[in-house]
Amino acid sequence: MVEEARAWALEVEDLTVAYGDRPVLWDIDLQVPSGVKLGIVGPNGAGKSTLVKAAMGLIPTVAGEVRLFGRPRAAAHGVIAYVPQRATLAWDFPTDVLDVVTMGTYGRLGWVRRAGPSERRQAEEAIAQVGMSGFARRPIAELSGGQQQRVLLARALVQDAPINILDEPFQGVDAPTERAIAEVLDALARAGKTIIVVHHDLQTVPEYFDSVLLLNVRVIAAGPVAEVFTEDNLRLTFGGRVGVLAARAAVEG
Amino acid sequence: MDLLDDYTLRLVAAGSAVLGATSGVLGSFAYLRRQSLLGDAVSHAALPGIALAFLLTGSKLPLVIMIGAAVAGWLATLAMRLVVARSRVPFDSALGMFLAGFFGLGMVLLSILQKRPSAAQAGLESYLFGQAASLLRRDVVTMAVLAAVAVAALVVLWKEFKVLSFDADFAASLGLPVRRLDGLLTLLLVVAIVIGLQTVGVVLMSAMIVAPAAAARQWSRRLTPMVATAAAIGVLAGVAGSLASSLTPRLPTGPTIVLILSATVALSLAVAPGRGLVWRALRLGRLRRAPEQEPVLMHLYALSLQHREDPEHGHREAVLRTMSPPGADVRGALERLVQQGLARRTEPGLWAPTAVGRREAERVLERESEERR
Repeated sequence: MVEEARAWALEVEDLTVAYGDRPVLWDIDLQVPSGVKLGIVGPNGAGKSTLVKAAMGLIPTVAGEVRLFGRPRAAAHGVIAYVPQRATLAWDFPTDVLDVVTMGTYGRLGWVRRAGPSERRQAEEAIAQVGMSGFARRPIAELSGGQQQRVLLARALVQDAPINILDEPFQGVDAPTERAIAEVLDALARAGKTIIVVHHDLQTVPEYFDSVLLLNVRVIAAGPVAEVFTEDNLRLTFGGRVGVLAARAAVEG
Repeated sequence: MDLLDDYTLRLVAAGSAVLGATSGVLGSFAYLRRQSLLGDAVSHAALPGIALAFLLTGSKLPLVIMIGAAVAGWLATLAMRLVVARSRVPFDSALGMFLAGFFGLGMVLLSILQKRPSAAQAGLESYLFGQAASLLRRDVVTMAVLAAVAVAALVVLWKEFKVLSFDADFAASLGLPVRRLDGLLTLLLVVAIVIGLQTVGVVLMSAMIVAPAAAARQWSRRLTPMVATAAAIGVLAGVAGSLASSLTPRLPTGPTIVLILSATVALSLAVAPGRGLVWRALRLGRLRRAPEQEPVLMHLYALSLQHREDPEHGHREAVLRTMSPPGADVRGALERLVQQGLARRTEPGLWAPTAVGRREAERVLERESEERR
């Protein structure tokens, strides 16, 4: 391991997560190189969202270690910009587009300090970048699903973090929003950011990502799309109950 | 005599105003985090704390009683969390259990106290429904100081509490200690509740937490105006309730304040612009009249595009009907379009969009593509 001088953007070691006594993620090892566009793919219940949440420390884990650019996660603040699943948020919260996007600056602001004109300017730029200029003062309750998704994306852009983790950003959005998201992801990749996306649509994987992680409770395969995104691997991930059986065998054995 | 009455009234009004403002501010956050019922549990659970504080210290000083109430309320929330985390009991059941259990314990302790020979405990039972008239200057001062501390803490950590309430996962991903912030916000809610126990009582206190926020939400589109509106509603209801009960013999202050607040909520739900029931009914009515009209205009426009050299070429009603969903009132829509000058009948059974109608259709298209962008 000495020759591995270069730090991975995200490194996950022996990660195990359980709800009650049912393992949802089993012994995950994962190295994400800096600057890749990684899609995380797997059937429902494979633990895709759980993996990214556990990697960020949002949910308790049974075991495992996470390093960001070679440093323990606890020592690496402001490294990850996170876009949660749109449907998990309370969109009837009394706030508007500009306010939500400005939340992306809160990490930099630190405790107590308020957002000022410069933070507002950054937020307005991000709003423009996702094609929502003119919506800054729109209450979020009045947005369409696609617009809500773009607001969350703009908030992540404002964070200007080296790693961007998005949970199902393409879920249930209209075609223009899908294009807008894809363009923004491209721009982030060109800027050298690492992008990790929980994704549900197998067909668009080669189009949107250069790397893929096939997940079903355990890591089935991970690497460049050209090498890993094969029919055999997909059958291992989705077909039959191979992954689940393997995990169960590991638990009981 | 007049002066004395005036002094009492001013004291009661000041206390009710402090209580209304604090409940409005902290209640807004409880409301947005769907924790209104937690407030109900905390206030009921405060009763044994009140009785025990008196039993242990023999004092009815407001600070002593409030600390007892706060500790009991806080313990109840901790116990609820523990039960939910360690068992399969859902949150609402745990809440109901602890609310009733603590309240029952409080009632038992109170009735034991009643049987004691000394009269020192007299007045403790007024914590059930509150007794604003018993407010002394020192009570109001204690309330005001606690309220100032709680509101100041909320203002200092405003942006942290806002992001926690809107998107807790995102807050955690920023590295904020969400569990501790969550605990602190709950603690501030407990403070807001114990401030009001002497005036409104443990049974009705939850209305002070829920009602100003629920009413204010109907009138506001952003967080700061919502919290300010809730505080204002709380203050106004507090003062109005104090006035009403001082002008009317035997009208209790706490319940009157709660009644005024309930009426405010009902009114807000009915008429608030944009969200109120009346507003929504009007908008729905408009939609219900409009929906078949606009699509028919768009179909007419689409057909006219096939005859660019003669855009006012007539099109068969049957064609429009096949383009519309089954059962749609195509004929009625056409006639309304004619009335509005958007379409005209070229021959019996043949219809065409007018120049105005075509422009209107183009505007609709532009608006839709803008919304999509």
